[in-house]
Amino acid sequence: MSEIKVKDKEISVPGEVLAVGMDVLPGAGTYRDGEKIVANRLGLVMMDGRTVKLLPLSGRYMPRTNDTIICKVIDVGFNGWRLDTNSAYSAMLSMKDATSEFIQRGANLTQYYDLGDHIVCQIVNVTSQKLIDVTMKGPGLRKLKGGRIIEVDANKVPRIIGKQGSMVVMIKDATRCNIIVGQNGLIWIDGEPMNEMLAIQAIRKISAESHTSGLTDKIKGFLEQNMPSKKIHQD
Amino acid sequence: MTYKQRIDGRKFDEMRKIEAKVGVIPRADGSAMFKIGNTWAYAAVYGPRNLHPKFMQDPQTGILRCSYNMMPFSSSGERVRPGGSRRSKEISLVTQKALLPVLNLEDYPNSVVDVFIELPQTEAGSRCAGICAASMALADAGLDMKDLVSAVSFGKVDDKLVVDLDYSEESYPDAGVADIPIAMLPNSGKISLLQMDGEVTKEELMKLIGMSKKVLMDIYEVQKKALKDKYKGVED
Amino acid sequence: MYKELRSHIISLLEANTRLDGRKLTEYRQPITVELGVVKTAEGSARVKIGETDIMVGVKLEVGEPYPDTPDEGTIIVGAELLPMSNPEFEPGPPQIQAIELARVVDRGIRESKALDFKKLCITPGEKIWMVVIDICPINDAGNLFDASSLAALAALKNTRFPAFNGVKVDYKNKTDNKLQLEKTPIAVTVIKIGNKFIVDPDTEEEKVVDARLTVSSIENGTLCAMQKGGDMPLSAEDIDKMLDIGIEKGKELRKHL
Repeated sequence: MSEIKVKDKEISVPGEVLAVGMDVLPGAGTYRDGEKIVANRLGLVMMDGRTVKLLPLSGRYMPRTNDTIICKVIDVGFNGWRLDTNSAYSAMLSMKDATSEFIQRGANLTQYYDLGDHIVCQIVNVTSQKLIDVTMKGPGLRKLKGGRIIEVDANKVPRIIGKQGSMVVMIKDATRCNIIVGQNGLIWIDGEPMNEMLAIQAIRKISAESHTSGLTDKIKGFLEQNMPSKKIHQD
Repeated sequence: MTYKQRIDGRKFDEMRKIEAKVGVIPRADGSAMFKIGNTWAYAAVYGPRNLHPKFMQDPQTGILRCSYNMMPFSSSGERVRPGGSRRSKEISLVTQKALLPVLNLEDYPNSVVDVFIELPQTEAGSRCAGICAASMALADAGLDMKDLVSAVSFGKVDDKLVVDLDYSEESYPDAGVADIPIAMLPNSGKISLLQMDGEVTKEELMKLIGMSKKVLMDIYEVQKKALKDKYKGVED
Repeated sequence: MYKELRSHIISLLEANTRLDGRKLTEYRQPITVELGVVKTAEGSARVKIGETDIMVGVKLEVGEPYPDTPDEGTIIVGAELLPMSNPEFEPGPPQIQAIELARVVDRGIRESKALDFKKLCITPGEKIWMVVIDICPINDAGNLFDASSLAALAALKNTRFPAFNGVKVDYKNKTDNKLQLEKTPIAVTVIKIGNKFIVDPDTEEEKVVDARLTVSSIENGTLCAMQKGGDMPLSAEDIDKMLDIGIEKGKELRKHL
């Protein structure tokens, strides 16, 4: 009979035996070695029916099609821009995907996006060689002006956004800051200096405690404590 | 003459005191510290990240690049001139070979995973300490790894087989010494680093290899705990 | 390259605050100084300022004096920007930033006469002690200058002479003879961004530095070494203000030794 050797939400390290037996299935972050199911990375154990999988706790961002990310312009060419995606791979933004305006051939592209500018864009395609194409045409995609950008572990982004955006909306409302969260771990915040700092503290708190339960309430409490004028309404 | 008792009083199969900690270098993607006796190693991992120059890129996989370096004040004798030596370059190479088998970098073509090992203090067993630190740092960096890598120096002093040679044994003046660093993948028992200085018979070597699994599993337990301790607050 | 970051930092400075909420002349906390961390060194120290983490080791070697100072020992300061401490540092021979760091720390110690070089003489004209100081960053989160110089002083304070029989140094035998510090020079790097002055820049702030002035001063406020860096020039008033900040903050940092 199969035996599961770890508990749900336990931390597991590479090489650790998670389960023994042929009717437990190896999910993401695990592999089968004969009778054993073994951890293939550092991660948080998640039991999903008869599948054991590991949730990553760290690791650099891996670009995926359709992700909305925040990039920095690192090169301006003749018909496009090269972007730093905060991963091992840069992305290309070509003229035709840059804006809904018409760009003349031979135009000076720096007037649209210049070296050092941060932009919110969407990944259109990632090849097997990790060549990445992005677009700026889409709702919410734009150049970022003002505000500041912080970096978090990309694995924590889902928690920072929350179910249907509920977590990040709560922070935005409480701190009256504009916040855009990139799937690649870059986050843009724009508001009053002290409020920006509070939003950042809340985000860092979520990052540090991302897999504890009751996190939403904890953050709600933290924000209310530090912005006493604002009572937070949750749906 | 026989080696009746170890110079520092340890049992023949006893390691020096071990300390390990993960996440000690905030700027790195993964990092760890590993101390065995007075030998102390830091490892920092950056990657997968962009690789320059382009000719070093491999379109089929990411590459692993390791660098072992002793800080100038780390030796118990004279100062070590900075800038590395042939010895440190060779250790960088065997370290890379020791770590590569557990990694799968095929999902990261054209990129590099950089491992930097620095030792503030060395007193025998430094390459093994570096490998132990590096493997924790790689796991901390969230890379796909089918196992950790654990390493320690085995050896023979005069007529006794010993575990974890220290400096006084390495330089034992009264008889022959064999120094045999071994790195192992704890889950599979496979060996990824094997070097030797000195004289042993084949039987003695196979006996040491037989002893190595249990000893290296003890190191694996310490590495495991260090990794879990870093994320302890994350569990419920 | 950092237009938006710069304008954001400047607007924060106008509001008398910084990216992490510090005041303009506030150092990150905690600042910790640990002595004797490395047993193989004759003296060592580890300094942390916020997340910046530096280790310094001192080795004492016996050598020949320079011909023009036959009865004086000397110091040699080395710094390596170890790639493990910062993703921007590349492996290879020391870049100019490492050389500047080493020379700035050197000048602070040498010009203040923190060490009496005559006391480092063994046999005039023949043998002297060379005090070799090596700076190794573990984590670079900004302000390597101040952390390195503090760690170097702490390491010197911790240094004891090894046994020397006239011919060979016995590094395994440390005597109780401590290296004597006559003065404690402390380096404080003051940064100008826009028309504001800050100390202890973090990684983000270091990207938008207009000019910097590293000021080394001793206990009574006398200046012993200076280094201006950065691309923009400084006015006489700027320098006046920066020196005041440097001397005042030097007194604060000295308390950590």
